[in-house]
Amino acid sequence: MTYDASIWAILIFLIFVALVIGLSFYFGSRTQSSASYYAAGGTIHWGVNGIAFAGDYLSAASFLGICGMIAYAGYDGFLYSIGYLAGWVVALFVVAEPLKRLGKYTFTDALDSKFNSKSIKLTASISTLIVSIFYLIPQMVGAGDLVVPLLGLPHWAGVVIVGAIVIYIVATAGMTSTTYVQFIKGGLLITFSIILTIYILRNGINLKPYEDYHEFKTVEALVVGDEILSITEDEYKLVSQTQYGGNTFAKLEKDGIHQWFKLEALPEGSFVLKEAPSITVTSDGQTLYNGAPRSENKFYQVGHMSKIVHKGVEVEQTGPVGPFEMLSTLEKSEVVLFQKTFFLDGDDRVTIFYQKPTAGSDILKPGLLFKLGKNAKLWDKINFISLMLALFFGTSALPHILIRYYTVPSQRAARKSTVVAIAAIGFFYILTMYMGLGAMINGVNDLESSNMSGPLLAKYFGVGIFSIISAIAFATVLGTVSGLIVASSGAIAHDFVDKYLKVEMTDKQKVKAGRIAAFGVGILAIILGILFKGMNVSFLVGLAFAIAASANLPSILAVIFWKKTTSKGIASSITVGIVSAVTIILLSPSMFERYGLPKENALIPFDNPGIISIPLSFIVLIVVSLLTQKKTLTVR
Amino acid sequence: MLHEPAVELGADHASRRKTRLGLILFFVYAVIYAVFVLLGLFFTDTLGMIVFSGLNLAVVYGFGLILLAFLMGLIYSLVCTRMEDKMNGGVKI
Repeated sequence: MTYDASIWAILIFLIFVALVIGLSFYFGSRTQSSASYYAAGGTIHWGVNGIAFAGDYLSAASFLGICGMIAYAGYDGFLYSIGYLAGWVVALFVVAEPLKRLGKYTFTDALDSKFNSKSIKLTASISTLIVSIFYLIPQMVGAGDLVVPLLGLPHWAGVVIVGAIVIYIVATAGMTSTTYVQFIKGGLLITFSIILTIYILRNGINLKPYEDYHEFKTVEALVVGDEILSITEDEYKLVSQTQYGGNTFAKLEKDGIHQWFKLEALPEGSFVLKEAPSITVTSDGQTLYNGAPRSENKFYQVGHMSKIVHKGVEVEQTGPVGPFEMLSTLEKSEVVLFQKTFFLDGDDRVTIFYQKPTAGSDILKPGLLFKLGKNAKLWDKINFISLMLALFFGTSALPHILIRYYTVPSQRAARKSTVVAIAAIGFFYILTMYMGLGAMINGVNDLESSNMSGPLLAKYFGVGIFSIISAIAFATVLGTVSGLIVASSGAIAHDFVDKYLKVEMTDKQKVKAGRIAAFGVGILAIILGILFKGMNVSFLVGLAFAIAASANLPSILAVIFWKKTTSKGIASSITVGIVSAVTIILLSPSMFERYGLPKENALIPFDNPGIISIPLSFIVLIVVSLLTQKKTLTVR
Repeated sequence: MLHEPAVELGADHASRRKTRLGLILFFVYAVIYAVFVLLGLFFTDTLGMIVFSGLNLAVVYGFGLILLAFLMGLIYSLVCTRMEDKMNGGVKI
């Protein structure tokens, strides 16, 4: 898509960024000790910490990724909301308080508190770094996506801007600043998501989302067998046709521009060609949007209803609806979704998005994104269980969430702040259902990226709310990336350099080492954010959850609950957890697609590694711990 | 300095009982979550059944899981606070 930058959006965005940096400066000037840099001195109020948890957790994955996934695949995107929230149950009931008692500054400290083992320090710090980097990638991808419509800049520019601001924030401030930025941002995100949801409900459901919404062309065709012989429209000329995945696609020409259509049979036996948006990468490297260069603005936003049944009657628009009424109306109506597929047209690579009218009852239950039910293959089922497992167990193993337990003064405060976090995050996740469905039916989806549905929906309601929501989303990324970089720099400077290598440093030097590490991780995050452009950020975060659950959770639970745990057991479990989870991800269908190879050739047939890597890590921990028990001498 | 805890905490005599309560609540929630995953996996059509105010089981169950997490968290926090007050005699934990 091509977007025009709005002066309002730019202005509000700049004010926000200035506020964030100003706040960081203020708290940064008070950050003198390493206790303050890494754990805010353990002085944060539980209420502030609870909302800051929400700020940390409601990252790009939640606002951009989940809303986008719901906008494209309905309820399957909401499964992420359910899983992410359920993970807090594990954090609250099992991990929060014991970890608070064990811990000092970082997750590694907590694991190592009973052992003082070099292998734990090394593996836990590597694990923190890898999980944080996997979590950083989607944040940076989201940042890049955001600046495209917000500032009219290319994707890479957004990644670089976020990277530079965050490196500056973290290098100057640390955890106190990050906490207050997250608190403000978390509160604003929830408030404006409520406002956006109210807009959606007041707007109701309409057959035509807005006046100049694209009118999809339908052309009658004469077909014999699978072959299109001719078309009835004089203004179009049939150029070629392609069979792919059981569908027939036709390339038509009008005014020298090629457009793609999909062949469909009508119930009465005749055939029509329905317009399908497309992106073509030609053999000479040019990218064409609906047959024309990007600058000609031929690519449009999509998503509309094909039938609305409201209170038992078919209508063109509903008028304002209540929260339950919106869902019950969608349940009986029909929405046009856009199915993505790729094929080769000669030497040109064509990505096509064809119209797929879908019953609301199918949109509001699982199965559009994940293949489930009777027709699902074994690997599809394994992939689904694996994702839900990783989401459930991942939260309580995320280093940047765990370090927040050390910013409050007591176990009681840790517990209370978790309950506040669950309330705030849970409420937000219920809103994602409305924001995602609102984007799905109001013609705002950008087919190039599923990450922008939430902000583009806000744009539909006016440039004011769009600019505020975009600025908050940008601040969301800033805050989350800050937290992740604090966790990563803690892993490098505190766990690895200070504890593992035992480099003699003064307290000031330790903070300086943390800041240098933050700079290095920030640069790496910028590079990865550019490389992973175009992937759904919630999907990417799901992978980070799987790595965290595989590498960290077995060790956390063992340290808390199992007396026979040994340091070698923990180090082996973390190593096996990371290696197995990362290997499965790198050999998965989605990564093969990223490498430019066919998904079908992937060496592992599913994307989410949790179902293998989490139990494997547990087994290794138990077996190695039992094999490395210290022998005790008995005296007769 | 970095080898010390960020804050010093007193002995928590309620810790065992709190851990037990936490584990019970965790298992209860885990079972309810697992049932939801299994329904999605094997009985997707059942999740499409209308159960309340025109809403299907998938929506009601999904919203319910979120609400339940909050309610159980609130109860856990209140009970734990009461245990701490009773068993620790005002010592900061």
